[in-house]
Amino acid sequence: MKWNGWGYSDSKFLYNKKGQAEFTGKRYRLSGMIIPGLREWMESTFGANLQHKTPAAPILNSSAVQPPTLNEAFLKELKSTGIPFSHDAEDRVFRSHGHCLHEIFALREGKIGRVPDLVVWPNCHNDVVKIVELACKHNVCLMPYGGGTSVSSALECPPEETRSIVSLDTSQMNRILWIDEKNLTAHVEAGIVGQDLERLLNESGYCTGHEPDSMEFSSLGGWVATRASGMKKNIYGNIEDLVVHIKMVTPQGVIEKSCQGPRMSTGPDVHHFIMGSEGTLGVVTEVTMKIRPMPEYQKYGSVVFPNFEMGVACLREVARQRCAPASIRLMDNEQFKFGHALKPQVSSIFTSFLDGLKKFYITKFKGFDPNRLCVATLLFEGDREKVLQHEKQVYDIAAKFGGLAAGEDNGQRGYMLTFVIAYLRDLGMDYYVIGESFETSVPWDRVLDICRNVKARIVRECKDKGVQFPPLSTCRVTQTYDAGACVYFYFAFNYRGLSDPVHVYEQVEHAAREEILANGGSLSHHHGVGKLRKEWMRETISSVGMGMLKSVKDYVDPNNIFGNRNLL
Amino acid sequence: YLTAYEQKEHLKDEEEFTDILEERRRTTDLGYALRTFNPQPYKGAPTLSTSDLNKAVLESQYLCYIIKEIAMETGSSVEKVKEDASRILKEMSHNLQLGFIRLMGYTLNKVFKRLYRSIYVNMEGLNMLQQAIQESPVILIPNHRSYVDFLIISYILFTYDIPVPVIAAGIHVAIIGGLLRRSGAFYIRRAIGSDKLYWAVLLEYVQTIVRTGYAPLEFYVEGFRSRTLKSLVPKLGMMDMVLEPYFKGEVFDITLVPISISYDRVLEESLLALELLGVPRPKESITGLFKASGVLQEDYGCMHVNFGRPLSARQLCEGKINWSEYNLIPRNLPQRPTAETQDCVNWLAHLIVRTQEEGSLISPWSLMACLLLQTPFTTLTEEGLQWHQLTEKTLWLRKLVLDFGARLNWPDSEVMSSTVALHHSIVHHKEDRIYLVQDEDPARQDPLSPEEGVMRMAVVVLMLVSYRNQALHVFVRPGILATLFSFFCFLQDVFSNEFIFIPGRAVQDFEEACSLLQKCGAVHISQQEVIVLETGLEVLSFLQKLLQPFLDSYQLMFRYLCEKEDHVFTEEQFLPDVRNLATKLILSGTTEDQEPVIVENWFPLAQILGIVSQPAYQSLFLILALSLQSADFNLCVKLEK
Repeated sequence: MKWNGWGYSDSKFLYNKKGQAEFTGKRYRLSGMIIPGLREWMESTFGANLQHKTPAAPILNSSAVQPPTLNEAFLKELKSTGIPFSHDAEDRVFRSHGHCLHEIFALREGKIGRVPDLVVWPNCHNDVVKIVELACKHNVCLMPYGGGTSVSSALECPPEETRSIVSLDTSQMNRILWIDEKNLTAHVEAGIVGQDLERLLNESGYCTGHEPDSMEFSSLGGWVATRASGMKKNIYGNIEDLVVHIKMVTPQGVIEKSCQGPRMSTGPDVHHFIMGSEGTLGVVTEVTMKIRPMPEYQKYGSVVFPNFEMGVACLREVARQRCAPASIRLMDNEQFKFGHALKPQVSSIFTSFLDGLKKFYITKFKGFDPNRLCVATLLFEGDREKVLQHEKQVYDIAAKFGGLAAGEDNGQRGYMLTFVIAYLRDLGMDYYVIGESFETSVPWDRVLDICRNVKARIVRECKDKGVQFPPLSTCRVTQTYDAGACVYFYFAFNYRGLSDPVHVYEQVEHAAREEILANGGSLSHHHGVGKLRKEWMRETISSVGMGMLKSVKDYVDPNNIFGNRNLL
Repeated sequence: YLTAYEQKEHLKDEEEFTDILEERRRTTDLGYALRTFNPQPYKGAPTLSTSDLNKAVLESQYLCYIIKEIAMETGSSVEKVKEDASRILKEMSHNLQLGFIRLMGYTLNKVFKRLYRSIYVNMEGLNMLQQAIQESPVILIPNHRSYVDFLIISYILFTYDIPVPVIAAGIHVAIIGGLLRRSGAFYIRRAIGSDKLYWAVLLEYVQTIVRTGYAPLEFYVEGFRSRTLKSLVPKLGMMDMVLEPYFKGEVFDITLVPISISYDRVLEESLLALELLGVPRPKESITGLFKASGVLQEDYGCMHVNFGRPLSARQLCEGKINWSEYNLIPRNLPQRPTAETQDCVNWLAHLIVRTQEEGSLISPWSLMACLLLQTPFTTLTEEGLQWHQLTEKTLWLRKLVLDFGARLNWPDSEVMSSTVALHHSIVHHKEDRIYLVQDEDPARQDPLSPEEGVMRMAVVVLMLVSYRNQALHVFVRPGILATLFSFFCFLQDVFSNEFIFIPGRAVQDFEEACSLLQKCGAVHISQQEVIVLETGLEVLSFLQKLLQPFLDSYQLMFRYLCEKEDHVFTEEQFLPDVRNLATKLILSGTTEDQEPVIVENWFPLAQILGIVSQPAYQSLFLILALSLQSADFNLCVKLEK
């Protein structure tokens, strides 16, 4: 894994000697391929230039890391439990951050802030119980760490924290403890990362179907703690629909329900204190989750719409008829072009000829304006018969909104991009381009307004803040619900000529969030609040709501042992 | 006459404005009308045909919701209410057609070339507008001083390849209305009252235009054509409607463009005076138009159209609007704006009118009118005012106006005599003296009755008053200060229906006034006190006199209200009664048995027909003129309570 970028060390975008973009490694479908359109896209979209490089610091300079503040008494007792731990600089730095732009930018520049003083690796629930007891006894601050994919500054150590900070890394708690085929549930340790969970379940013919974009690295415990959402939630549900039972260790002891009934009327659901608690109340150690037999058949698809408005209207109709496929996502025109730029080099003349023909058909024959059209990507899952039937239903609806089926290939590439896009940010950062994504959820009647206004606000703010180049400001609708949708924004710009690009970036993101809230969007659909969006919590859930959450925190953790200061 | 600095400034001003008639005079009207017209609309906005627009309005969720609600309330069928809505829409909707724009261009070309020496437009403003139109929906907000205003903006935009606006207009008359409809006018009834369906159709219609942004929307924030040529207190209805799509986030921003139209000579000057005196105005009919053709023989000097800097509603409203109020109610449901939002709209509307005022050009004639109205009446009617006296004072006033930061239309040193010639209907220049025009019709046999005489004079004086009013906004702040220093804020309050004050800015206005007076050497302001300087008396007295008539007129109203025995009366009855009282006062020549305050103020007035010794006669005419402006009426009623 990279210490100052996204994902595996062997996988990254770079420009080869010929100046062509290429994705290294062997892990992804795009790995080892040349991407001929990317350079031109980067140059024309951002005004980036291969001559102007901003390389990252290659290795971590341990001397830049503050020596650990250790609580000797705690350490002594911890040693006696035999639970592995480390205060090695690299281990600590690795667990000091998520993937917010400012966090990665600082690392690339070799700047290290407050980092945890110690990392512990519990191996099971009981280890966690011991650690939490010791932490309470010796008043050290615990920060649970799962996959480290947070984008809400949730993993940042509070600078005002004077106690010794211990990062509790759950990665060793990664076993499936049992599978219950009668009830279709699996009992899993919370440190397991998404791709391992799916792989292991697949071996028994099952899956959870929970696929957040970060599933390669994010952990089950993290999903629960942040109220995660998966790409295929239309079939499998979001994390709150998937969870049957949770075990969490808190300073007051272990919280869990006494049975696994599928629904209960026993007062407010205590699971909902846990889900979204963002590590402020305790550590999730074990979870019982619903599982499903693996789908017999999967089919990708895509639809081209003449414009974004038609696309949204189609998604709304699909939601109204409750016939959304496993996944349906609508990219705006800018993202469509971006996706296009990421097409790998085609091997045969025949394919490129076909591509040309398709383009001709859509733009010339059907009269779609290439600067307005947009694309929806689809993923169908289930038994073959039903998938084909379902597919027809969705394409029929799309046709009513001027949508043209645009092939499986485009759809599949759209989903693959989900996994490589985070790598792409690292490439941008090599060439003065910084950016990030953020999300919201919004009622259907405001989807178009919020997309337009937030994009426009980003452009205007960049101009006002002195950004020299026009920014990339684009969005997509990634989830549909009965009463609304989830919208994702991507925002990036070329920061040449700015003295404090990260500050400018943060100001623009802040303004964009204000714009989202002003347009009736939520503070977050699934990224969570962390410390990045804390300032809006009170207006989001009201003062009484804040009081309710605070009183829970005060009871469960009166000494603020879980002191990451997220959320409240 | 001009210092070097002034000349430079003056040149700069010249450069700013371009005479758009100049090119028109060199090319053919037909060629002009048939030119390629290929404007760049608001980014991404599809063109919307009239029928599509109307269909979108009728099918809108909002209107359907209201229709259902009304059907429930009244017990009639939804279809029936829908038909009503459709009828209202038919009566309302514009029918903008390029062919008619061309026809209009052709006609206006002919008319304007005849009427005006030049039509000056600030090209920079036009360029900014062109830019703004591509970025967000644009609302054009001109001041309204003449019927000529109505199509001048469309004419200019057509000339410069900018999308022509759709224009909100008062309810229309058959044929000419139809023509204007095709030029982009849509019609709003004068008194909508509580007609829920009408409001709903209007709201949806206006907002659909704003939301789609396919054409700029033009409306008069003052509501009516100002008959006194003075800005009117803005009406908020349209402003509310126009801004709501932004408040609801349906558009990213709305650009407001205040436009100041200034005339050397207003086409319907005498008509305005007659209207003010309660003579019913002619209907805007074909015959009216033909009658107006006599007008075509006259010279009306120049017109200045000053396109103000585009204002971003988003920027202006920042921090003034609480968005979350819009988040919990579905978009398509009617929602009353909160007090906070209403305040913001009110503030914005006032700001727009102030900007219009600041953008307008003061003509030399306005300055002269100010001075003539402060000259003893008998001088103007009998001895005549010496020309050099008038020019000297005018130059003095010119400097004052420039000190006050106003824009002045002062092309050359000949302008004073040429402007007097232009206004031959009001004054005539004989043997180096200036006289008021007293009788336009020397052929008349019978002598005028005293009442007719007053009326006749009133028309001429009111014309002067109107031209004076065009410059009033420059003086009004320092004027108030000069008039009643300690009651500055009190008076601002009283006058808030008369002049434009941005609400909540009394302190800044006061400071502005102080600094203006200090600038022209009238007062000295130290940290503790304000000292009126010897040298400033001239300015102060001028300013004082400027506002006195307004106070006088208010006092007459109070007197009427005090004297009135029965306490219930109607608006229709009120105005003629006040007028009668004024006439009676003048004719009786005495007010001995009245309370001292009123006697003091009205005594000179009463003597107008005989031995006028003070220039207060204009107050009388102003009162006669307070006719149709309901704002003034409201004020009186309010104060009476």
